[in-house]
Amino acid sequence: MFLLLGTNLLMAQSTSSNATATDSGDTSAQQAGVWTTVGYYALLFLIVCIIVAVIGKIFRVYDLTLQMQGKKGINWNNAMAVGFLIFLVFGVAGVYYSFKVHGAMTLVGEAQSVHGKTLDTMFWVTTIITFIVFVLTQVLLFGFAFAYKGSDKRKAYYYPHNNTIEKIWTVAPAIVLTILVVFGFLTWRKITNTVDAKGEPASLQVDVTGHQFAWEIRYPGRDGKLGMKNYKLINGTNKLGVSYDDKNSFDDIQADTLMLPVNKSVRLNIIAQDVIHSVYMPNFRVQINAVPGLPTYFKFTPTKTTAEMRSDLNQSDFNYHLYCNKICGGSHYNMQKLVVVVTQAEYQKWLSQQKPYLSEQLKKELKLADNPLYKQAVLQNRLASNNL
Amino acid sequence: MSTLTVQDHGVVQHDHDHEHHHNENFWTKYIFSQDHKMIARQFLITGIIMAVIAMLLSILFRIQLAYPEKAFPLLETLLGRFAPGGRLDTNFYLSLVTIHGTIMVFFVLTAGLSGTFSNLLIPYQLGARDMASPFMNMLSYWLFFIASVIMMASFFTEKGPAGPGWTIYPPLSALPKAMPGSGLGMTYWLISMVLFVASQLMGGINYISTILNMRTKGMDLWKMPLTIWAFFLTAILGVLAFPVLVAGVVLLIFDRSFGTSFYLSEIVVQNQQMSFEGGSPILFQHLFWFLGHPEVYIVIMPALGISSEVIATNSRKPIFGYHAMVYSLIGITVLSFIVWGHHMFVTGMNPFLGGVFMITTLIIAVPSAVKTFNYLATLWRGNIRFTPAMLFAIGLVSFFISGGLTGIFLGNAALDINLHDTYFVVAHFHLVMGSAAIFGMLAGVYHWFPKMFGRMMDEKLGYLHFWLTFIGAYLVFFPMHFMGLDGVPRRYYSFTEIESLKQWVSVNTFITWAAIMSALAQVAFLFNFFYSIFFGRKAPQNPWNSTTLEWTTPVEHIHGNWPGEIPTVYRWPYDYSKPGHDEDFIPQTVPFSQTLSSNLPHDFEDNPVNLESHKDWVNTQKSNEEVK
Repeated sequence: MFLLLGTNLLMAQSTSSNATATDSGDTSAQQAGVWTTVGYYALLFLIVCIIVAVIGKIFRVYDLTLQMQGKKGINWNNAMAVGFLIFLVFGVAGVYYSFKVHGAMTLVGEAQSVHGKTLDTMFWVTTIITFIVFVLTQVLLFGFAFAYKGSDKRKAYYYPHNNTIEKIWTVAPAIVLTILVVFGFLTWRKITNTVDAKGEPASLQVDVTGHQFAWEIRYPGRDGKLGMKNYKLINGTNKLGVSYDDKNSFDDIQADTLMLPVNKSVRLNIIAQDVIHSVYMPNFRVQINAVPGLPTYFKFTPTKTTAEMRSDLNQSDFNYHLYCNKICGGSHYNMQKLVVVVTQAEYQKWLSQQKPYLSEQLKKELKLADNPLYKQAVLQNRLASNNL
Repeated sequence: MSTLTVQDHGVVQHDHDHEHHHNENFWTKYIFSQDHKMIARQFLITGIIMAVIAMLLSILFRIQLAYPEKAFPLLETLLGRFAPGGRLDTNFYLSLVTIHGTIMVFFVLTAGLSGTFSNLLIPYQLGARDMASPFMNMLSYWLFFIASVIMMASFFTEKGPAGPGWTIYPPLSALPKAMPGSGLGMTYWLISMVLFVASQLMGGINYISTILNMRTKGMDLWKMPLTIWAFFLTAILGVLAFPVLVAGVVLLIFDRSFGTSFYLSEIVVQNQQMSFEGGSPILFQHLFWFLGHPEVYIVIMPALGISSEVIATNSRKPIFGYHAMVYSLIGITVLSFIVWGHHMFVTGMNPFLGGVFMITTLIIAVPSAVKTFNYLATLWRGNIRFTPAMLFAIGLVSFFISGGLTGIFLGNAALDINLHDTYFVVAHFHLVMGSAAIFGMLAGVYHWFPKMFGRMMDEKLGYLHFWLTFIGAYLVFFPMHFMGLDGVPRRYYSFTEIESLKQWVSVNTFITWAAIMSALAQVAFLFNFFYSIFFGRKAPQNPWNSTTLEWTTPVEHIHGNWPGEIPTVYRWPYDYSKPGHDEDFIPQTVPFSQTLSSNLPHDFEDNPVNLESHKDWVNTQKSNEEVK
């Protein structure tokens, strides 16, 4: 400890001389200001180091005095054991605080989708099980550390193994995990089955395309079917590369917002153009990557409108968001899309106000006026609207 | 396993050789050394330097997260174009995250941890003069060193170091147009990693062959300390898994530089079609995680081995369930090869496959749980001596529990939907493999420092270092779980742009200050470490009253480790506090014939002849007493 203090002083000298050396090298006033701040913090740290060293030295002196008086010195071993006990107490308090304060800031238990509610249940079951294990094992760990602190009077209990105990604590976690696995596996299979089953009402199809650093949304038109896309067709006017060899494409709709009718199943048809992105909507417990060249899907049913959320949370500016959750470049942190959940009526009204994806300019570029498929589609469309 | 013959390698001739080996100069002794003890120290010091660098990088991005709106002129002074106006550049932020992860996972916790302690302890604890191939061992270190230099050199490229995250998923990492961090810096990263893997393979092959062939007389596999078991299985994992990463990396180099399409398909950047067709980005993820998941066990298993040794020694008690500990390590080794898909649940991989990976993943929790329970049972009714090494080993167990339990959430594919790539993941792996493995490494440093440098580290500074780091790590990583549960994504430059995430800025400020405290606490370690190398108290031969072979070597390092014959091993390494023996430890080199009063039937389980003679001895004792 004596030596320690000495070297700390040495360190002090070298650090400060370094600081002054660089200080004098800088000419601009602003730079000098920077180094003053740095010097200030370095000095502060140094003072802390010296205080620590002084405290260490005081302990050492105290220890030596005790020994000179023929008493026992400081028992550091017991101090560490008590340290673990104190850590356990403060740890429990800290965990409680974190659960209460930070826990209240989370979305836990507030899934706004049908499958999300199942996930929340599963989350709670897993949390309760793991939390019990967490508390028990940590209490035992620090408790044993305290209770069995070393002393010269005692010898440890020679206990190399016990096969029965080993078997119990192999089988017990295995059983618990099996339950979680079965529960999880079935739920997972159900969530990832994104094809509408026979007899089920058809899901609303929405095309979500990710590129650096934005999301593009496309809705199907009256036919309820999204037209095909081909990346080779992408250009300034046809940003998604929608193919007009497919007659389902003609009535597709472009949108700035992901507008979803409440309590209706939605199937997102996801793809990326440049790098991998990820469609993430934590309120609905939805996440799947958007991969170039590989279409992915996610089917879910939102259960609460934005307006209901606003009144429930008493937060007039609340909004759902879709944001990117796979590192995709410099503006990854700001690749978001507004998501609004509305009633069916509001949705229909909104949809009727959206512009078609097939803009006038695109029509010209593709010379659609001469395209027999397009003419036929337009005709059918007119007939259909007349029938209404 | 016990059928493998134990080699007795001509001790006498060996001795003769070593008498004439001492004409070493500075270069052969300190730089291009082929001595396992020196190579271990080279790995350790390089590892520590890399760890400090990676830690400083993390402080830089933590400052950005805590004060997203504030400018720090100092940053511009230090980083120049990477922090214009005193605020980190968004792309440089991603580079910091990437290089922090890469250095910590590969350069510190793989090379720094395995490289140091495998090299140090395998020959020492097995009773070998050196590694099977000392020259290859030297190459292993120097390839690692060159890999480190190349990785750091990427900071001096025009567009900065690699930035697509340490997992370098293409297409982001394959398209220099997509981000500056995919330019030359990425090329450096890939070259560095190929060299790194070559280093790991040379090391790993050496570890395996030394352990299988060069054990001293009597050292059968079931008498090896758990450290050696852990290093052995880690080396096997590395040798089998690392080449797959090279395959993945080389194909990525092809895609980047030679226009192939292994990972790329249907890509349009800035409305311009690229010519790539038919590849799959998911393929890279499979190749990456085929290494990547075993990698986390490559990181944690040596730490678990070290802590087994440290906990047993300092509890003065045999490790509970030695066989169970070994079998659970073997179980982890085997299972770790078939769980990689749990990193890919939401990547678009076939969902059925996700279900299968979920089952294997949750199975691997069982051996991990067994290990934890065995540690607790070892502490139970021990006579615990809190050396700094012991404190860090206990800290490791605590982190391993805290971080391991959240793995049960993430390994569940259904729950992973909402947690994938959020701060919940960050919290999970920083506790279970980051903090736990670092604590294992520190425990090892404190425990074997006397063996490495012949001097003792200061205990009190060790205590200070432990408490500040232990508390700091929990303060940093515990709140992150809740951020993840609120859907806060990792690798975000700032949380100010998305409405629902703004509330976490205050928590981030708190975390950053806790991180700064923990980082400053490392000064206590660094000072203690480097100061003690030169001025520490001289170490006794066996400072911890330990049973294993390394403590039978002289304090002063000599070529060939033991001056005379290599000692023979008679017993397992955990005979602590054996009833009937006067001391609370019996070294492995003490034959049972010298400890008749403390022998137990358990000691002869695999040796029926000796079991008979032991029973005879006990019976004679009994009848003698009756006569009295």
